[in-house]
Amino acid sequence: MDLLSHLALGFGVALTPVNLLYALIGVVLGTLIGVLPGIGPVATIAMLLPTTYALQPVSALIMLAGIYYGAQYGGSTTAILINMPGESSSVVTCLDGHQMARKGQAGAALTISALGSFFAGTVATILVASVAIPLSELALKFGPAEYFSLMVLGLIGAVVLAHGSLLKAIAMIILGLLLGIVGTDVNSGVARFSFGVPELTDGIGVVTVAMGLFGFAEIISNLEVSQKREMIAAKIKGFFLTKEQFRKAWPAALRGTALGSVLGVLPGGGAMLSAFASYTLEKKIADDPSEFGKGAIQGVAGPESANNAGAQTSFIPLLTLGIPENAVMALMVGAMTIHNIQPGPQVMTSNPALFWGLIASMWVGNLMLVVLNLPLIGMWIKLLQVPYRILYPAILLFCSIGVYSINNTNVDIMLTVFFGLIGIIFVKLDCEPAPLLLGFVLGPMMEENLRRALLLSRGDPTVFFTRPLSLVMLLMAAALVLIIVLPNVRKTRAVAFQEEA
Amino acid sequence: MAVVRGPKDLVAGLMFIAVGILAIVIASNYTLGTAARMGPGYFPRILGILMIVLGAIIALRSLRLAGPPLPGWKWRPVLVVLGSVVVFGMVVNWLGLVVSTILLIVMSSAASTEFRPKEAAISGVLLAVLAVVVFVIGLKLQIGIWPGSR
Repeated sequence: MDLLSHLALGFGVALTPVNLLYALIGVVLGTLIGVLPGIGPVATIAMLLPTTYALQPVSALIMLAGIYYGAQYGGSTTAILINMPGESSSVVTCLDGHQMARKGQAGAALTISALGSFFAGTVATILVASVAIPLSELALKFGPAEYFSLMVLGLIGAVVLAHGSLLKAIAMIILGLLLGIVGTDVNSGVARFSFGVPELTDGIGVVTVAMGLFGFAEIISNLEVSQKREMIAAKIKGFFLTKEQFRKAWPAALRGTALGSVLGVLPGGGAMLSAFASYTLEKKIADDPSEFGKGAIQGVAGPESANNAGAQTSFIPLLTLGIPENAVMALMVGAMTIHNIQPGPQVMTSNPALFWGLIASMWVGNLMLVVLNLPLIGMWIKLLQVPYRILYPAILLFCSIGVYSINNTNVDIMLTVFFGLIGIIFVKLDCEPAPLLLGFVLGPMMEENLRRALLLSRGDPTVFFTRPLSLVMLLMAAALVLIIVLPNVRKTRAVAFQEEA
Repeated sequence: MAVVRGPKDLVAGLMFIAVGILAIVIASNYTLGTAARMGPGYFPRILGILMIVLGAIIALRSLRLAGPPLPGWKWRPVLVVLGSVVVFGMVVNWLGLVVSTILLIVMSSAASTEFRPKEAAISGVLLAVLAVVVFVIGLKLQIGIWPGSR
C-alpha cells in the first residue's frame, strides 16, 4: 500500500535522533508559550524562524510545527487551572474545564484534554497523509488562472470565517498584498515602494511583519490593562476518569475530532474555529445542556479534540496547494522559503523525505505531548507564578534578538518597531492583523499568477471565468461573501429602521 | 449633532484611503504596461484602487452604522516598549549583547505600572547570561558579546 510506504519513509525521517530532538524542543516550547498568556504561536514562530537557518529544512519545519500544535496542549492547561486561556483556541475550554477544576476534578479535565488531543492528533495525521497525494495531483493540473482564483478563494475564505468586520478584513488583505510587493520586481528589476532604503529592495521579511503586528503590539496592549491572575492552587489529583466520565467524554472527543478535521482544512479555519464549533455542537446535542458552564466533561473533550485536529489539518492546504490559511501557516511559508523550498504541490515529489517526515513528526510530537504534559504540569504552574512585569521584557528581548539575527542589521529592528506601532493602531481600530499577514505572504505569488494568466490569454480578463476550475473557485468565493453579507444587510436595515421608528 | 456613528470605522476607512492614494501616487512612477504585458506599476495600481474603494465604503458606512468610540491611547507602554527596542537596535552592534540586553530589560520594564528597578536589574543580568548562552554559544548567532567585540 502506497500510504504505508510513504508513512514508513516519513517515520524513518521523523525518528532520527536529531529530528526527535527538534520535535521535542518544538512541542516543549509550544506548550510553554501555550501556558504563558501574552505570547502566542505566531510571535514565537516568528522569533525562532531566523535561528533555523543553520538547521536542516526538515528539522526546522518539524520544530516550528511542534510549536503550533504544542501550544494547543499548553493553552488548555492554563484554561483549566486558572481560567485564563493561554491560547485563543482554548477560550472555550475555560468554560467547563475550569468549572471541573473548581469541583476538584482538575486531574480528570487535564487527562481528557490530553487524551482527546492525542486521539485527534492521530486521526488528523492519517487524514493529512491520505488526502495529500490526490490534492497535490489536482493542484498540479492548475494553470496560473486557477492558482489566482484559488488564492482569491483562500483569502476570502480566511476572512469570512474569521471574526470581525468583513470589509475591514478584506481591506487588511489588500494592505498585506501591497506590503508583499515591496521590493525588487522580478520581471522588470524595478525596486518598488522601497522609499530609497537599500534594505527594502529585498522586500520586507515575514518575520518583521509578524513580530511587529503580533509580538510587540500584543505586549503593548497587554500592558494597557492591569494583569491580575487568580490561581486555583488546589492540589491536582485523580488523573483517572470515572466510568461515567469516560462514557460521556469519548463520543464528544470523536465528534470534536471529525469537526476539527473538516474545519481545519477550510481557509481561515484552524484551531480556534474548530474549538468554538465543537463546543456549540456539544451543547446543542447534550441530554442536559444546563450542565454546560458548570463542568460538563463533553465541553472539555469536544473542543480540546477539535482544536488539535484543526491545528493539524490546517497544514493540508499549505502542504498540498502551497496556500497558507492562517497566520501560523503564513509563517510556515516563510520558513520554507528561507530554506529555498517553494511551497506547493511539487514539494511532495521533489522533497518526499521532508514532506512525509513533517507529517510523521506530527504524530510523534503528539505522543511526546501526551507523555510529557501530565508530569510537567507542576513545572508549568510554577512558571505561571512569574509576574507579567518580569515576563514581557524577556519576550521583548527574544523578539529583538530574533529579528536582529535575520541579517545582523538594525534596519530590521527599526522596521519591526514600525510594524509594532502600526499593530497598536490596528488593535485600536479593531482591524485584525491575521488577514494582512496572509495577503503579505501571498502578494508576490498572486501578482505572478495574475501576470502569467493574462499573458497567456493575451490580456483577456475573462480567462478567470471561462476556465471551469477557476470559475468554480471564484463562484465559491462569491458565495462565501454573500452568505456573510446577506444577514448583515438585513441586520443593518433592521437597526436603521429601529432607529428611525 | 453627532454625524459620525462609528468613529473607529471612520478612522480605519480614512487610513485605508490614505494608503491607497499613497500606493497609486508612488506606483505612478512605475511603468503601467498593458493587461497582457503588465509593467511593475500594474498590480500596485489595482490594489491602490481597491484599497480606496474599500476605505471609502468603510468610512461612509461609519456615518450610518453605530460603532464603539475610539479607545484611549496610553503613551507610556507604546513609547517605553518600542523606544527600548529602538535603543537595543542602535547599541547592539556597538556595545555587544550583554550591555544591550541589560539596557533593554531595565528600560522596557519601566513600561509596567508595577516597575521595580532592582528586580528589573537582576532580571536583566540573568537574561544577559541566558541570551549569551542560548544565542551566541548555543545557536552560534553572529552577535558580539562585549563592547567593541565586533
